[in-house]
Amino acid sequence: MKQYETVIGLEVHVELATKTKIFCGCSTEFGGAPNTHTCPVCTGMPGSLPVLNKKVVEFAIKAGLAANCHIHQYCKFDRKNYFYPDNPQNYQISQLYLPICYDGAVEIETSAGKKTVRIHEMHMEEDAGKLIHDEWEDCSLVDYNRSGVPLIEIVSEPDMRSSEEVIAYLEKLRCTMQYLGVSDCKLQEGSMRADVNLSVREVGSETFGTRTEMKNLNSFKAIARAIEGERERQIELLEEGRAVVQETRRWDDNKESSHAMRSKEDAKDYRYFPDPDLPPIHISDAWIEELRGSIPELREAKMERYQKEYELPAYDAGILTESRHLAGLFEETAVLMGNPKKAANWFMVEVLRLIKDKGLDPEKVNFTPKHLADLLSMVEKKEVSAQNAKKVFEKVFDEDIDPVIYIEEKGLKIVEDTGFLAETVKKIVDANPGPLAELLGGKDKVMGFFVGQLMRELKGKANPDSVRKALTEEIERRR
Amino acid sequence: MDLGAFTALELAEKIKQHQISVLDGVKYVFDQMEKHEDTVHAYLDTYKKEAYARAKEVQKGIEDGTYTGPLAGVPIAIKDNICIKGKKTTCASKILENFVPQYNAEVIDRLEKAGLVIIGKTNMDEFAMGSTTETSAYGVTRNPWNPDHVPGGSSGGSCAAVAAGEAYLALGSDTGGSIRQPSSYCGVTGIKPTYGTVSRYGLVAYASSLDQIGPVGKDVADCAALLEIIAGHDTKDSTSIKRDDLDFSSTMTDKIVGMKFGVPKEYLSSGLDPEVKEAFMNTLKSLTEMGAIVEFFSMKTTEYMIPAYYIIASAEASSNLERFDGVKYGFRAKEYEGLHDMYKKTRTEGFGEEVKRRIMLGSFVLSSGYYDAYYLKALRTKALIKKEFNEAFEKYDVLLAPAAPSTAPKLGESLKDPLAMYLSDIYTVAINLCGLPGITVPCGKDSKGLPVGIQMIGDCFKENNLFRAAHAYEKKRGDFGTAMEGGEKA
Repeated sequence: MKQYETVIGLEVHVELATKTKIFCGCSTEFGGAPNTHTCPVCTGMPGSLPVLNKKVVEFAIKAGLAANCHIHQYCKFDRKNYFYPDNPQNYQISQLYLPICYDGAVEIETSAGKKTVRIHEMHMEEDAGKLIHDEWEDCSLVDYNRSGVPLIEIVSEPDMRSSEEVIAYLEKLRCTMQYLGVSDCKLQEGSMRADVNLSVREVGSETFGTRTEMKNLNSFKAIARAIEGERERQIELLEEGRAVVQETRRWDDNKESSHAMRSKEDAKDYRYFPDPDLPPIHISDAWIEELRGSIPELREAKMERYQKEYELPAYDAGILTESRHLAGLFEETAVLMGNPKKAANWFMVEVLRLIKDKGLDPEKVNFTPKHLADLLSMVEKKEVSAQNAKKVFEKVFDEDIDPVIYIEEKGLKIVEDTGFLAETVKKIVDANPGPLAELLGGKDKVMGFFVGQLMRELKGKANPDSVRKALTEEIERRR
Repeated sequence: MDLGAFTALELAEKIKQHQISVLDGVKYVFDQMEKHEDTVHAYLDTYKKEAYARAKEVQKGIEDGTYTGPLAGVPIAIKDNICIKGKKTTCASKILENFVPQYNAEVIDRLEKAGLVIIGKTNMDEFAMGSTTETSAYGVTRNPWNPDHVPGGSSGGSCAAVAAGEAYLALGSDTGGSIRQPSSYCGVTGIKPTYGTVSRYGLVAYASSLDQIGPVGKDVADCAALLEIIAGHDTKDSTSIKRDDLDFSSTMTDKIVGMKFGVPKEYLSSGLDPEVKEAFMNTLKSLTEMGAIVEFFSMKTTEYMIPAYYIIASAEASSNLERFDGVKYGFRAKEYEGLHDMYKKTRTEGFGEEVKRRIMLGSFVLSSGYYDAYYLKALRTKALIKKEFNEAFEKYDVLLAPAAPSTAPKLGESLKDPLAMYLSDIYTVAINLCGLPGITVPCGKDSKGLPVGIQMIGDCFKENNLFRAAHAYEKKRGDFGTAMEGGEKA
């Protein structure tokens, strides 16, 4: 069989996290009873007119700058005409001729190393409503709550060659958007949606093969499966001497297969033309520079700094910066307690474990960094056992309690009363003549048994090193 | 007292002086409707009960100082493509036969704040597409001067209502001459303001880049006073412009000595009715006698105005009218199979011939493969036309043109030949393409007694020049008379 190369380009829709819609003052909040976040504008009532939300332009420019795009400082909205009930005007206000951002590039990293994916353009547009098909009543209902929610469509060049690269690219976009605060990029809620354009060609070929566009991809896993499925389907066609048809296909992730939605021949003619209701937008140099200045430290820069400043391994720096919110909590904790490595360890193990166990959205984690810093300082000073500290931290994580007060109140502070310790050791050793005999007979492993017994008796309030020391002394005395 | 003899400003003044009540004025227009509506059919809907109640409220408001404006208490008619909350707004189309907006157009809010009394909705060409008011799905409107003739269009109902004394004032909309041409046919005064002067919020769009709402009235001063009320920046309309030169009334000095008028000589070539030409030339003479300078100049882009206009207007209309699909409001076909069939049958049955013709034309010029050849070329042509107007305004304060090549045609004559009807818009469409203001003032009558109007065109934001010239001319012209008997000033 010939060797084939997969060529992939992506169209990614990202819902912008503005409070109000792109052309009216309605709320963009997800959910809500059907048609409650609507007005004459976003339901396409006769005589209503769109007024651009400036925040949308701001977010789009920030997204573009973060992806190294140029900005069209004179840009326009165009109407994309097509009939469908989720689209109240039967045209979507989008950008075709002068998209706000163009010619950018982002760097992705896969197991094969770093690579650049070029961005063809990013344009602003309005989202459509949602159709709900009522099988029981045999009718369709329309909910316009989502109608007019702002989107940017990010169109890449066909620069990706594998599903791994595609996922890395999407992760990169998602992370960048989240860092910028312009979108939460949730695939499940539809605030990030990707269409995959894919073609195959023989390795070494200079020309592209015929591509298909795959829709209905609702998770990264579905995207990876769809890419593998479509690659195989196209190669099979070519191997059989048949041609790939340029068409739009719909992926069914349950069946792990796709079917054709429409071919190029019956592709719609959208009759794009400049929207006469919206004057062109002029974007000044000053505004661009102001927005450039407002872009926060992005993930790559943060990762680099963590490695340099905090001397963290690249892997840890990567994990800690996945969410800008968590990275913020970590940094504050690290600064407050003065030991970034210890703080990092705690985040890598305890914080991530709790997030995973509780199935929590990392963005929702909400505790005061000082509380964790105080707790970690107590651990460091051996004022609380590591074991107890984990339990206390769960309270910090869940309820944001003040660990200093909590440890005091619950009597979890390590007792440095050597007399009390020696007495307890003596009591435990006396109570276990059998294990003592074994220990004295040379079975050193039995030491562990005694330590365990002691820690239980002391309810973790003792420093394990002190316990071990007192125990050794007692045993020596018994030899 | 013959209330029909008063202009809107005079009526409001008499109300302020307690010589008549707001209700008297309102009753008068409803009486006129009783007399003439069977013939004229200017209205699609009237609000007698509400208007009487509103009249009392406004009367109280005038007395307690809530309404102090120059048109407080004046009854006004609204073209049926302007939304009034809770009132049917049909655009004279079957497809919107039962549509009731839940919001006011911005102009309606402004009228209410100024204490005017809205009396009803006027007939029009369906979605403002037409030049005769015959494309209305709800019957034709007849010209009050001669019921065998059309009132013009598309604001034919508004102009006929004012001409018949069934309203003191009316709002129309003008996309390619829809206020100026029927004003000419009906012997009333109407102005299309500079694009962006009046908010389009709540005006059901025909061609968004060309549409403007404007006043129709008995004379120039009434139009100026009404425009002052409805003009102004509106954040709900992105094409609305902030202007601080909206005081028109105080600039009508009646002195036009030295004012420079330009006449595009191409406008006087073949196709212009000799009687209209005569009335037009007589008006030029009057202006010269008043000390103005009138010159002829060449407007080379004249022959491209109609094609550029119909391509751009139809393109925008094809998109603007997509929302009328039977899904959310308005008419839906009774029987259909599936979504696509529902769209098709609803739009086939719901739209009239002229609207469908323009939707098809507009869809064609925007379709891929034709966009550059038609739509883009039309936009470039528009830029050339605009350039020529700019050059003309370097030389002239005001341009003069007929409002239409003829007086009002007979009912049923125009729709037989749509192309000829389009060509009759030659003097008005370029003004919309260039966003310019234009006013029509009655200037004569033909041998059948049908009115002829002259159109004065100003540079953008120069309505003041128009009002000044039009008001001065009107004074020189003298009383134009009215369409209905009993309108003579006592």
